[in-house]
Amino acid sequence: MPPRTLFEKVWDAHVVTAPKGQSALLYIDLHLVHEVTSPQAFDGLRAAGRAVRQPLRTVATVDHNIPTTPRGLPITDPIAAKQIEALQKNCREFGVPLFDMDSAEQGIVHIIGPELGITLPGMTIVCGDSHTSTHGAFGSLAFGIGTSEVEHVLATQCLPQTKPKTMQIHVSGKLAAGVTAKDLALGIIGRIGTDGATGHVIEYAGDAVRGLSMEGRMTLCNMSIEAGARAGMIAPDDTTFVYSRGRRFAPKGKDWEDAVAYWCTLASDPGAKFDRVIEIDAASLAPFVTWGTNPGMVVAVTARVPELKSFALDADRRAAEQALAYMGLNPGTPVEEIAVDRVFIGSCTNSRIEDLRAAARVAKGQHVNPKVRAMVVPGSQAIKRAAEEEGLHRIFLDAGFEWRESGCSMCLGMNPDFLQPGERCASTSNRNFEGRQGRGGRTHLVSPMMAAAAAIAGHFTDIRNWRFN
Amino acid sequence: MQPFRKHTGVVVPLDKVNVDTDQIIPKQFLKRIERTGFGEFLFYDWRFSGDGKKIADFVLHAPRYAKASILVAGKNFGCGSSREHAVWALADYGFRVVIASSFADIFSNNSLKNGFLTVRLSDDEVREITRCAKEINNYELTVDLEALRVDDGRGFAAPFEMDEFSRHCLLNGLDDIGLTLQHDASIAAYEAKHPVHAEMTGILTR
Repeated sequence: MPPRTLFEKVWDAHVVTAPKGQSALLYIDLHLVHEVTSPQAFDGLRAAGRAVRQPLRTVATVDHNIPTTPRGLPITDPIAAKQIEALQKNCREFGVPLFDMDSAEQGIVHIIGPELGITLPGMTIVCGDSHTSTHGAFGSLAFGIGTSEVEHVLATQCLPQTKPKTMQIHVSGKLAAGVTAKDLALGIIGRIGTDGATGHVIEYAGDAVRGLSMEGRMTLCNMSIEAGARAGMIAPDDTTFVYSRGRRFAPKGKDWEDAVAYWCTLASDPGAKFDRVIEIDAASLAPFVTWGTNPGMVVAVTARVPELKSFALDADRRAAEQALAYMGLNPGTPVEEIAVDRVFIGSCTNSRIEDLRAAARVAKGQHVNPKVRAMVVPGSQAIKRAAEEEGLHRIFLDAGFEWRESGCSMCLGMNPDFLQPGERCASTSNRNFEGRQGRGGRTHLVSPMMAAAAAIAGHFTDIRNWRFN
Repeated sequence: MQPFRKHTGVVVPLDKVNVDTDQIIPKQFLKRIERTGFGEFLFYDWRFSGDGKKIADFVLHAPRYAKASILVAGKNFGCGSSREHAVWALADYGFRVVIASSFADIFSNNSLKNGFLTVRLSDDEVREITRCAKEINNYELTVDLEALRVDDGRGFAAPFEMDEFSRHCLLNGLDDIGLTLQHDASIAAYEAKHPVHAEMTGILTR
């Protein structure tokens, strides 16, 4: 057999059949479900008289539209409440396990999968959410799907798929202090653009990637979709196994040993060919801040908002002009002079324990600028408990941050957490699209440390110069 | 699924690149649990101001485009969120086709499942169609999936590509869940070889 990439090995292991003249039929090991993109899919099953084929391979939670106020309070938005009730009813009717609002395991779907040991290496994982790419950090092929495909997987546990192309992003060297996985992700998207990896599965490789924790790898793979990629993957290694070992639903004993032996065979073979290869030197990266209305519109914190004449293509120049008008920014403004009104630390990109520790380290003994409202939203109930055991919540509360319940929250503002028109937010989330965090809201994507520093300083500031207490 | 064979309609130019699905259907409308009724919320924040008033100069509000059923836009159309509601909103509003120089993968997949066509043309061809749609009243295109060709009947024509299986499904309006279930024996055989590991079975009885 010719040398194969990580992606090709996982793909090949899941092809059920590849009928001539049709797409390959791919078996799906794990289907994650949430309240927003599933109700129409369950309705489709009901209408066709179909069952959920593999309830054991289907796991649901509520995350997108739930409030982050204390859990005992009622949901004030009747339409959101109806959507949550629909998921509860569908899970009961079709026998799908649900980590509900009041569950000790509830959290953002892409956080709880890895945390519970449900997400493991070498799997195929789908969810009706584009940030499913997060799970690729384990060396799984994980991608977002639409509601029709959700219904397809519920009914058949399979998806017909056209084989994507492959791209390796090789990051050599070591990330400097203050430069995080989030900055690596933003740096990559800034370089290749928001459609730079369309039609491709990215494999991240190189010393800088190997050096990332699982939390960092999840952040990096999470943002793959923002470069247009179908998925992002990282070969499993000891870092992966140490993270997953002993987690609640991970295999145990001999099953675990056998699984690790298999997972060790998944790394791309020497000489395996990628359709595209991109080389990045970690030393060229800095803490990044987005200035526009997509994640590719990004510069180093030490830079200035770009001049329009710096865009070679007419369409890009007009897009930049529209973005700056929306963002209320002038070309040439130093990024460090941009003041913020709100700070959001959370989302499936950056709400894991390591993210909260990094932000707390910045916040310790400091105080949020009086002009800023800052909130910390842990990704799951388990993260919230862990952070409270470490006393991180005390650091945040003492510094004037809000400490809230878990959910997607202000990443997409479907729940009551959203920006008012014109408000400017330093956010650890993944999308700075117009209106993403609330109509007229202005989002700047940054790392958790950079967000915490902006909350305290009242404007963006280079974390590399921060005086930690 | 509604088949797609050939469609002739008025073209409206949305002269923007990287149109993301948050713009196509903003999140406040994703709480509905039905598949229908999303058209009135299409491009909501571009069509209506914060107090719900029509933004008159948004292109979809121009009377000459009132009957448009083909949207032409710049590269990377449909990027961002996987929400299929974006396709439902475009279709419910009355569109049958989007033409662009590139599409985000998930948006393209979602379109296929709804009998909605995404046509990929070159930057130059998209620019030409955009120019014509701006300059010529009631500028119409015929999009022919059987012939894999768009034609305005006045001198502009361009071929486009689509993978053979997707085209077959669209032309015949096939229910692809039904197609997959034809392979039930293969799926069952795969499952027999790849059982769920013991600890995972505990998720049902926790």
